[in-house]
Amino acid sequence: MSTLTVDKHAAAAGAEGFLRQQRARHGEKLVYVVLLVSALVSVATTIGIVFSLVVPAAQFFAEVPLREFLFGTDWAPNFQPPSFGVIPLLVGTFLTTVIACAIALPVGLGAAIYLSEYASDRARKTLKPALEVLAGIPTVVYGFFALTFFTPLLKVFSPSENLPGTFNAFSAGVIMGVMIIPTVASLSEDAMAAVPSGLRQGAFALGSNKRQVSTRVVVPAALSGIAAAFILGISRAVGETMIVTMAAGLQPNITLNPFEFVETMTAYIASSAGGDIATGSTVYKTIFAVGLLLFIITFVMNMISIRLVRKYREVYE
Amino acid sequence: MSSIIVSGKPPTERPALQTTGEPLKERAFKWLLWGCMAIGIVTLVTLLTYMLVKGLPRLSTQLVTNMPSQVNPDTAGAQSAIAGTLWVMTFTALFAIPVGILSAIYLEEYADTERWWNRLIEVNLLNLAAVPSIVFGILGLAFISRGLGFGPTIITGALTLGLLVLPVVVIASREAIRAVPRSIRMGSLALGATKWQTIWRQVLPASVPGMATGSILALSRAIGEAAPLIMLGVSFVTFTPDGLFSRFTTLPVQIYRWGSLPQAAFQELAAAASIVLLLLLLVMNSIAILIRNKMQTRW
Repeated sequence: MSTLTVDKHAAAAGAEGFLRQQRARHGEKLVYVVLLVSALVSVATTIGIVFSLVVPAAQFFAEVPLREFLFGTDWAPNFQPPSFGVIPLLVGTFLTTVIACAIALPVGLGAAIYLSEYASDRARKTLKPALEVLAGIPTVVYGFFALTFFTPLLKVFSPSENLPGTFNAFSAGVIMGVMIIPTVASLSEDAMAAVPSGLRQGAFALGSNKRQVSTRVVVPAALSGIAAAFILGISRAVGETMIVTMAAGLQPNITLNPFEFVETMTAYIASSAGGDIATGSTVYKTIFAVGLLLFIITFVMNMISIRLVRKYREVYE
Repeated sequence: MSSIIVSGKPPTERPALQTTGEPLKERAFKWLLWGCMAIGIVTLVTLLTYMLVKGLPRLSTQLVTNMPSQVNPDTAGAQSAIAGTLWVMTFTALFAIPVGILSAIYLEEYADTERWWNRLIEVNLLNLAAVPSIVFGILGLAFISRGLGFGPTIITGALTLGLLVLPVVVIASREAIRAVPRSIRMGSLALGATKWQTIWRQVLPASVPGMATGSILALSRAIGEAAPLIMLGVSFVTFTPDGLFSRFTTLPVQIYRWGSLPQAAFQELAAAASIVLLLLLLVMNSIAILIRNKMQTRW
């Protein structure tokens, strides 16, 4: 924007005559077009995603009523006769997400409070990157870890013979939760860092101790940013694929028992695309119908999160 | 803080003013926060130790020289997966980094944020950064793999992963560009440079370290992705790719395949392949940190 005004000045000077531009700079215009086209790639990506989901999903809903899809309690697209009720997949996603969030949200917030309010500069400089390494580990490695380390560990401590099963929601959820801790912590910490130090000093001056300042001043003041972090964390849990595909199971199951197997929306999509299903078959289209539902859920959460971040930036920056 | 004394009180009341119950609560709270930090760190250490213990016996040159197998774990290696990972990452980088940097230049230097379309591009990027990776897999499957008919080849994988990490490259590059002070641009413009000359000769050279760091971090996200590739139909392959239109497999996909097999020998292979993947990530992150520490300009 600032450069726009510079251009105006240049134009004004040009009007006087001696500073007039000698030749048209086509190169400058070409550069602008190339840059704009690059920036539009991301917009085209979103449009592409929406089209690639909506078109096959619309064909799917021409064959299977929307009501049957959304409220049906039996998910068996490969059976004869097939059944397309998405509830079991939704329940699976809900269960693993709740478990993951029960870990990631409180622990992430606690870690953020520690890093922002308690840690010395030196401690922060070593602990923060260590926490961020957690976010950098490939999800397939987490999935493998959940399946071959955490689940067997659970079985050792389990009083029951059959539960937890080889595939269970708990193991996948817990490991997914640990994976999401850095996301929640880093965004929450950003929000807390944006809280003006005057608020803290005011509270200290009134005799509050560090805990009171943290929990009654900083956290409420950073609430919209923390909420944004939480929602983004939930959105990541809903969309996470490899951990649940490997550790939670690939059979739909309506249950709220965390030690039973469940199939999530993402696990269904990943596992059915792996095979060689024919383009255009109803089963192929189910991938897109479930994918559309997943996209809508995460899209709504992402938008709320983006709004909330903007809100705290407006207040404090 | 608790030692602050309200003025005017006689000295005898001082002990009464000292908090008695608070320090314990305060300490408990601090321990709680410590616990929160510890959960993450302990899991990290456990995971790395587990992978090392399980995978180290299989971490030999055989992993690089032999092809994968789903039948014969004793002679199986991960050559095609390692080669495939390097191939697909090269083309992901060639696609995502230039497009990402150009987008960032547009958004930082040219876009008028008052205009609705520029705000749309910005919100769209933030949203794309949070779209589940498997959705990008659906896009790649529908448009690139089956739509354009490329099938599960290097180019399909590279374009899909490139679109996936594009928002990360853009966001990091924007920050790098924003860190260049306005006075540099003003000085250049005042000396008669055009806008693009200013960007090309002043802004970009100054923001290269930041962009490089961001791009490497974006690629380190792409290198570990398995879900979108599985969507594309990337599966078991026992040859190294020889071109853009060659089928391929990658380390994460191979870890998924081996890790899902019940035999202990395959799980050891999965752990060994995980170590290779984590080592690649370690190298990439070290380079990123090195660039950040050594090359970054302080204004």
